[in-house]
Amino acid sequence: MGSRAPRVLLVLAILAVACVLPFTVSNFRLFQFTQVYIYAIAILGLNMLTGYNGQFSLGHGAFYAMGAYVSAIMMDKWNIHYAWTIPVAGVLCLIVGFLFGLPALRLEGLYLALATFSLALAVPQILKYFEHWTGGSQGLVLSKPGAPFGIKLNPDQWLYFVTLAVMALLFWLSANLLRGRVGRAIVAIRDNHIAAEAMGVNTSLYKSLVFGVSAAYTGVAGALSASAIAYVAPDSFNIFLSITLLIGAVIGGLASISGAVFGAFFIQFVPNWAQDISKAAPWAIFGIFLIVFMYVMPFGIAGAIRLLWIRTRRSRVALTPEARDTAHSQAPRTT
Amino acid sequence: MTFTRRCMSLLLGTALLATALVPAADAQTVVGVTATEIKVGNTNPYSGPASAYGTIGKVIGAYFKKVNEEGGINGRKINYITYDDGYSPPKTVEMVRKLVEQDQVAVLFQTLGTPPNSAIHKYMNQQKVPHLFVATGATKWNDPKNFPWTMGYQPNYQTEGRIYAGDVLKNHPNAKVGILYQNDDYGKDYLKGFEDGLGEAGKKLIVMKQSYEVTDPTIDSQIVNLKNSGATVFFNITIPKFAVQAIKKAHDIGWKPVHYLNNVSSSLGTVLKPAGFEASKGLITALYMKEVTDPQWRNDKGFQEWVAFMKKYYPEGALDQQENAYGYNVAILMTHVLKQAGNDLSRENIMRQAANLKNVELPMLLPGIKVNTSPTDFAPIEQEQLARFNGEKWDLYGEIFDAFRRQ
Repeated sequence: MGSRAPRVLLVLAILAVACVLPFTVSNFRLFQFTQVYIYAIAILGLNMLTGYNGQFSLGHGAFYAMGAYVSAIMMDKWNIHYAWTIPVAGVLCLIVGFLFGLPALRLEGLYLALATFSLALAVPQILKYFEHWTGGSQGLVLSKPGAPFGIKLNPDQWLYFVTLAVMALLFWLSANLLRGRVGRAIVAIRDNHIAAEAMGVNTSLYKSLVFGVSAAYTGVAGALSASAIAYVAPDSFNIFLSITLLIGAVIGGLASISGAVFGAFFIQFVPNWAQDISKAAPWAIFGIFLIVFMYVMPFGIAGAIRLLWIRTRRSRVALTPEARDTAHSQAPRTT
Repeated sequence: MTFTRRCMSLLLGTALLATALVPAADAQTVVGVTATEIKVGNTNPYSGPASAYGTIGKVIGAYFKKVNEEGGINGRKINYITYDDGYSPPKTVEMVRKLVEQDQVAVLFQTLGTPPNSAIHKYMNQQKVPHLFVATGATKWNDPKNFPWTMGYQPNYQTEGRIYAGDVLKNHPNAKVGILYQNDDYGKDYLKGFEDGLGEAGKKLIVMKQSYEVTDPTIDSQIVNLKNSGATVFFNITIPKFAVQAIKKAHDIGWKPVHYLNNVSSSLGTVLKPAGFEASKGLITALYMKEVTDPQWRNDKGFQEWVAFMKKYYPEGALDQQENAYGYNVAILMTHVLKQAGNDLSRENIMRQAANLKNVELPMLLPGIKVNTSPTDFAPIEQEQLARFNGEKWDLYGEIFDAFRRQ
C-alpha cells in the first residue's frame, strides 16, 4: 500500500480527537463511547479468529462474561485494584481459550460455530451454580473506579481514558502480530490450510493460539465492562451478546483491524436509533439496517472505506501524464 | 497536500459533532418539570427473555395517557419516556443514564427486574433521583438508610413465605412438611422466609426439600419423592409452568397434602384451569391483588373500572393477564404521589411524598389492603391475605396479614 506515513498520521489524528472528546461531550455520551471502545476490543478479538483465521465463533459472549466475572470476583472478594484484574482476566481467558481451541480443532465451520454456541448458552447457568463466588442471579455490585493520584477527572472521564489506552495498546499489538510472519500464517490457514501445512505452518498450534488470543482480547473487554457498568449478573451475558459481537465483526469488516471500531459503533448506536424510529418494532428496524448494510457494503464498513480510498487514488493516478491515454483521463479534476 | 486537508476537515467535523452533542445548559431549577409537563422515566423488557413483562410498561403508558386526557396533574401533562432494556443490566445502565442525564426526567419509575435494578441502584442514589416503585419482589429495596432514593412496591417473597409458615404453625403444628422450590434467588427467597417463619420448629417439621432448575422439562420425580417422604404439608414454590405439572402429578398419584402454592402461580387462567379445577381444590395461596381471572370480581367496582380503562386506552392488552392489572395499580399510585406533591415537584419533595403514603387504596388491590409508607418504611405493600381454592374461585379467609406490624 505504499508509504505508511499517511496512515500513522491518520491514526494520530483520530487519537487526538479521542483525547479531546472527554472535555467536550456529556458524561452520558462519554459512557457510550467507553462502551464502544470495549466492544471494539471484543470485536477485534473475534475478528482475529473469524476474519483472519476463518474459525467461526458464536460463543465469544462466554469469554466476555468470564473476563467480567474474573475482574468482578477479584474486586469484590479480595479487594484487588481493578487495574490488576484486567491483565489477569486476559491471561485466564487466553489459557481457557487455548484449551478450548484444542478440541475445537476437530470441528470445522458450522460445527465449530455450534460448539462455541453451546459455550455461550452454558455460561450464564454455570455462573448461577457457583453462587458463593458469583452472587448467583443477583450478581455482584461493584464500585466505579475513580481517577488516582488526585487527577482532576470524574469517574466517567477516567474510565474513558483507561479504556482508550487499553484499546490503543491492544490494537497496536494486534496490528504488529497480524502484519508479520505470524499474521501471514494465520491468513494462509484460512485461505487454504493444506497449502499452509505444506509450507511448514503448524496449523493446529496456530489455530489454538489464535483461539486463545482471541479469547484473551474478549476477556479484557469483559473485565473493562465490569468496571464501566459497575455490576455483573448472568443476565448481562445472554446468548444475544455473542451474536451482537459477531454482527459487529461482520458489519465492521472481517479481516480488518479498523473494522472492529466501526462494528462497535454500529452495535452500540444502531439499536438505539432503531428504538427512536419505532418503539413498536425496533428489532425489525434493526434488521432492515443490517440488510441494507450487507447489500451496500458487502465487505463491511472498513471494506467500503478501503474501496472508496482505492478508487479516489486510482482516478488521481489516471490524471498523471503517464496514464493520460486511459479512459479516465476525461474525468474532471477535483481536489 | 490533500491528505492533511482531509485530516483537518475530519478533525473539524468531529469537533463540530462533539459540540452538537453537548446538552444545552439547563436554566430551570426543578429538573424534569416545567409549567406544562412532568417527565417520568422508565425501562422495561420489551424484547428479550423477559419480554412477557413488557406489557406492564405499556399499560402504565396507557394510564398516563388517560391522566393527560383528563387534564393532567395540576395542569401538567405526564411525559412518560420508556426505553427497552431487554432485561440486560448493561443496557439498563445505558438507558437509565440517558433518561437521567440527557432526557432529564424528574423521577424514574417502575424499572423492571431484580438484576436491572441492582445495576442502577447505586447510581440513582448518587444522582439523587427518585427511583420509585421498582417492579421486583426482592427484599433489598426497602433500605431507606443506605438507599434513600430507592423504593420497592410489591410484597416481597420472604414476607409471603413467612405468611405460609405462620399458617402451618397455627393450623398444622404436627405436620410433616415437604418443599419444592426453583433453584435460584426467587425460590431461595421464598424458602428463607418460610424457614425463618417456622423458626426452631422448622427443623422438626420439614422432612424433605426438593429443587428443580428452570430449564428442567418436568418435575414428576420430585413430586413422587415428596409423596414417599410422607409429607402431609406441601409448600409449592414454582412458576406457572411447573405449578401446573405439580398440581396435576400430585392429584394423579393420589397424594393429598395441605398444598400451599406461591402467589407467583395463583392465576386461575394460566395455572389452575390447565391443571384442572378438581385437582386444584383445596390449594392455599396468599394474595394482595384481585385475580383478574377469578369470577368473584366480575361485579366489583375496581375490576370494572380496570376493564373499562383497558378497553378504551389499551385494547390490545389481554384481559386475562395479571400484569395489566399490576401496571394499572402502580401507575395510579405514581399519579397519586405526584398529586400529593402539589406544586413543589422537586425531586426531594417527590421522594418525601412517596415516603408519606397513608392508607392509599388502589382499585385492583384486595379489599382492605392499603399502601403505607414512612421515612423508615420503604415497602409500600406489606399486607397479604390467605385464600383457599374452592373449585371455582379463591375464598379469602383469616385476617389480613401485615408484615410490618408483626416485625
